[in-house]
Amino acid sequence: MSTLIAVVLLLAVAAYAVFGGADFGAGFWDLTAGGPDKGEAPRQLIERSIGPVWEGNHVWLIFIFVVTWTAFPEAYESIWLTMFVPLTLAALGIVFRGASFAFRKSVVTLRFRRIYGGGFAISSVIVPFCFGAIVGGIASGQVPAGGEAGDPVDSWLNLTSVVTGVLAIAVAAYLAAVYLVWNARGAGDTTMVEYFRRRALATAVATGVISVVGLIVMHSKAPHVFDGLTSRALPFVVLSVLCGVGALVLLARDAARGARVLAVLAVASIIVAWGVAQWPYLLPESLTVDDAAAPAGTLNALVVAVVLAVLIVGPGFVLLYTLAQRQLLPEEGVEDVGDRPLENPAG
Amino acid sequence: MGVSGAVGPLLAVAAADPVPWARSQMAFTLAFHIILVPLGVSWAFMTLIANYRALKHDDHDALLLAQRWSKYMAVTFAVGAVTGTVLSFEFGLLWPRFMGRWGEAFGVPFAFEGIFFFTEAIFVAVYLFGWRRLRPWAHFWTGVPIAVAGVFGAISVVAANAWMNAPSGFTLDSQGNVVDVDPWGVIFNKAMPLQAAHMVVAAYLVGGFLIASVYAAGMLRGRTDRYHRLGFIIPFTVAAIMTPVQMAVGDTLARWVYNEQPTKFAAIELVPKTSSDVPETLLGHLNSDGTAVVGGIPIPGLASWLSDPSTGKSTVVQGLDAVPADDRPTDSEANVVHLAWDVMVGLGTLLFLIAVWYAASWIFRRRMPASRWFLRVAACCGVLAVVTMEAGWVVTEVGRQPWIVYNHMRVEDAATGNSGVWITFVAVFVLYAALGVTTIVVLRGMSKRFRRRGGFVDHDVPYGPSDDSQTSTVEPVS
Repeated sequence: MSTLIAVVLLLAVAAYAVFGGADFGAGFWDLTAGGPDKGEAPRQLIERSIGPVWEGNHVWLIFIFVVTWTAFPEAYESIWLTMFVPLTLAALGIVFRGASFAFRKSVVTLRFRRIYGGGFAISSVIVPFCFGAIVGGIASGQVPAGGEAGDPVDSWLNLTSVVTGVLAIAVAAYLAAVYLVWNARGAGDTTMVEYFRRRALATAVATGVISVVGLIVMHSKAPHVFDGLTSRALPFVVLSVLCGVGALVLLARDAARGARVLAVLAVASIIVAWGVAQWPYLLPESLTVDDAAAPAGTLNALVVAVVLAVLIVGPGFVLLYTLAQRQLLPEEGVEDVGDRPLENPAG
Repeated sequence: MGVSGAVGPLLAVAAADPVPWARSQMAFTLAFHIILVPLGVSWAFMTLIANYRALKHDDHDALLLAQRWSKYMAVTFAVGAVTGTVLSFEFGLLWPRFMGRWGEAFGVPFAFEGIFFFTEAIFVAVYLFGWRRLRPWAHFWTGVPIAVAGVFGAISVVAANAWMNAPSGFTLDSQGNVVDVDPWGVIFNKAMPLQAAHMVVAAYLVGGFLIASVYAAGMLRGRTDRYHRLGFIIPFTVAAIMTPVQMAVGDTLARWVYNEQPTKFAAIELVPKTSSDVPETLLGHLNSDGTAVVGGIPIPGLASWLSDPSTGKSTVVQGLDAVPADDRPTDSEANVVHLAWDVMVGLGTLLFLIAVWYAASWIFRRRMPASRWFLRVAACCGVLAVVTMEAGWVVTEVGRQPWIVYNHMRVEDAATGNSGVWITFVAVFVLYAALGVTTIVVLRGMSKRFRRRGGFVDHDVPYGPSDDSQTSTVEPVS
């Protein structure tokens, strides 16, 4: 049962990386878009693209927290005791980002728009770095089990953590660029298609290079995870590489839709590979999934909650996505078909 | 230099102990979040009333109201989602040892809360963006899950808080570790039904008064058209109906506390020594050594009588002295609990009387009270209701001290050892102050622009009305 919950947890992390990552990455492109004039077009596309669902994606994060503290309280305690600095930064970044994004359209003056826009963009880079660094710290055994705090600085500012943190920023930027190519294509904006296609290609290459650096670092700093990545998790690593290369090829050929699917698979499978590589540890070489697990009653309740979530939330999600697919929701930069004057509502 | 010389050591002393900072930060962020909760729980219901009226009676004012409310609601929901996210971080940042030891039990209600929050978020999005894209009645029904999920989400969170008051559903081994969990016993702990009812009713009460107070203020400024009247009547009526319900629920809950958490009850009624014929003291506080009550207006025997009417004045009320000083609220905490209690009951009663005034006018004159005085009072009801709710929350939280899990874990044993909490407290304080101000500015700005344009356009992102220059369709208003 604890294995099942661990799998659910890993999938939730992958989902957050894919959905949330794209959101953060959009902020990265906002940050690097240049001055108000030069950056106008990409910023507008970004804003249109992540409008309606922005708050939905943090639900994955909350879900991850809830599952961890409920199913693996000892691991949760250890991670938070050690990693409170990056977690605090991430929390502040998320608040600042969410508030900035929600409000920057609502404030009228350019000065305030700049402040909020800047806050949105900078926190979009800090938050994924922190989460990536935490993953690196956990993988390299910086979080001691048993309710002791590890080093509050070294645990997330060591070589492995910095590489994984930067990797997280690159992955987020890559995902966002691929999504934005697709969005720009939907909007029929060929300039922006080209703009983000170049960036998607560049970040794809960067992500690949950083991943290789990460592997080299892990060889000495996180041997357990390295061994896992090169043995039991190898299929997922290979899958990720294949999808990544495939996405590159499709991007080069300007097939945005397929590229999007492959990019998502590439990122998701690298997360899954990390989880499989850590197995059987939650905190490598000090706390196993089994030892950290809560009593059976709790795990059963969690499974029920997850099944209910799939049954109840699933249809809602399908509804939302169906509406989006039929362009009944304003999305993807498409001119909004619903925007015509209202006829008699009761008629 | 002089100032920093004095502040430096002060900060060093303060920074040494993270517990008071952790408590302050948790209290501050919860106090902020709890204001947004009623809007997230009850606003959808009121929007649906307006929406229903609009569809059933072809009421254009009601339609406009529902459309605008859905937009305001989305803003407050988004801010609430952000502050709620912070709270989920704080469990780990501030109380890692609490989560480490009790997460397997305390966490269970949150697993279910997540489902409801997810549902609510999805349907807020669908409802908000579906105004002109779905058939009117289909659109109406997409709003119903928001209201339902809001209520059940609130119940789930309160179940977790109630569990801290009445921990149950687990077995401990000899070292005090949780070895077995009965999730049903955790969620349906003894404190849960009444506490959850009290909070859900409070959400409707506060939400109703808060929204209505905005329209009361508008009417005072001369905007007395049908649109504003409707915007007042719908939420105010909901809140007015809930006030007597809340008094009944609150009264029952107080008696539950009398039976199950006698120490908290002693703090509420400010009872230093166990005795019968305990007076109900309005205001007042404990003397310096905590042995007697000073000041205030005592009403002889009333606390005893209210605790158990069947035995009347002879009902024995357990005093603070019944438990060792270490295991009960300090004298100053007891004073805070008592004051908060008086504020809650006093303002709650006041709100009830205002509701009676409103009801009487409807019954006898078939319209809402017409006097400006009523509008002035009604315009204050929103703030009064928020203060009432905050006071009630102080009663239950401070009254549980020094326990985080009643009789099982102390707050200081649950807290982080991170001595930098004061920094995050300051950061959070500044951030939230900005967030609060901006939220109000944004809501007011939306209101102004809605008014200027008169119509409703909903294709701009994320939630606010955009400038006129960016909109192409303007809906005519009657």
